[in-house]
Amino acid sequence: MINAPVTKRDWSAHPPLLYPPYASTVLRAPTKPLIPLAHGLAETTGPVFGHESVAKLDGDLTKNGRRNGEPLGERIVVTGRVLDEDGRPVRGALIEVWQANAAGRYVHKVDQHDAPLDPNFLGAGRCVTDENGAYKFYTIKPGAYPWGNHYNAWRPNHIHFSLFGASIAARLVTQMYFPGDPLLGLDPIYQGTPEGARERLISQFSIDVTEPSFCLGYVFDIVLRGRNETPFEGARS
Amino acid sequence: MSEASRKQTPSQTVGPYFAYGLTAQQYHYPLGQIADGAMAPETAAERIRITGRVFDGKGQIVPDALIEFWQADAAGRYGARAGFGRQGTGTDAEGRFVFDTIKPGAAVGAAPFVTLVVFMRGLLSHVYTRLYFSDGEAANAADPVLATVPAERRATLIAKRESTANGVAYRFDIHMQGENETVFFDL
Repeated sequence: MINAPVTKRDWSAHPPLLYPPYASTVLRAPTKPLIPLAHGLAETTGPVFGHESVAKLDGDLTKNGRRNGEPLGERIVVTGRVLDEDGRPVRGALIEVWQANAAGRYVHKVDQHDAPLDPNFLGAGRCVTDENGAYKFYTIKPGAYPWGNHYNAWRPNHIHFSLFGASIAARLVTQMYFPGDPLLGLDPIYQGTPEGARERLISQFSIDVTEPSFCLGYVFDIVLRGRNETPFEGARS
Repeated sequence: MSEASRKQTPSQTVGPYFAYGLTAQQYHYPLGQIADGAMAPETAAERIRITGRVFDGKGQIVPDALIEFWQADAAGRYGARAGFGRQGTGTDAEGRFVFDTIKPGAAVGAAPFVTLVVFMRGLLSHVYTRLYFSDGEAANAADPVLATVPAERRATLIAKRESTANGVAYRFDIHMQGENETVFFDL
């Protein structure tokens, strides 16, 4: 937990609230400007979830949903580092992930996509970053799936990420994509992210991370809002 | 990787299917959950229940929002985890989120409040708001953050106190748009 002011949310990196090609934003995006809030303790602190909040199999989605065998699909390992904007590792950051199975079907009860559920795959897990800010989890490469945003709309393969950094202001929920996915250019959620920033959401294939005779490896580094080294006047006033 | 300046990873929507990943127990999926609406008990403090609903621009209840609470303890201190809660709006028959918590303490010159983080399908970046308490009128009037909010919009940040058979409860509805659009902060 830190008490230094946190750097501002970089709106050249984050998607705007209203982006009409993503239809659900139209009735859900606030219409009035956000009101700037000077940081006090409420903003510069946040909950701390250490290694004790993660169970043994939480970081292995190929194992934590098994009932009678192995989940189907392409086994992968996803690893990377969580850093702040100065390149410092964010240690002890809780990462929660969730995703569709190899067929593009979510376990979630409201997902009605006509693709099979996998009895041995839940598709959710979590892990905590180590002293270097590094994390790693094993999973199955998620499939693409159709959605109702527009005619013939398909989401690219992706894994949802939720992160707790050093403060509630550094909170981040995002999605990781895969390199070379032809659906990225057609996806309003990805395209709704500013050009020049959206590429940060694409993981990189790595032969070094790939485990021989076991699984392909992808690297996805994540940068959270960091400490503002120049405290500003009136932050607590 | 070098210790060099880097840029923030963009936010993406939490989407419609977060329930089994972030709120698995609340939605009865077979996975643990790091926090829920039953926030850490603190016996010396005043127990309260905070409920509310989320409405879209057509006044429809949003049944797939994720709400997170972050608040001080009764003495106004921010702890490691006790002040954090999380609930989805998809399991209550009335579409409510329900947090059982304590009334937070406040810093000198400020009113007690809870920070809310709001996620949902259709929100590409999460938004923050604050919940203040209707029975703290004098403190609210002196609060420096409420003072930055246009007077006609301050009521959107005030949770209304209700006495129920089970104790003190507050109601705090969140309106994403419309006449009573909730004030959201850039923090």
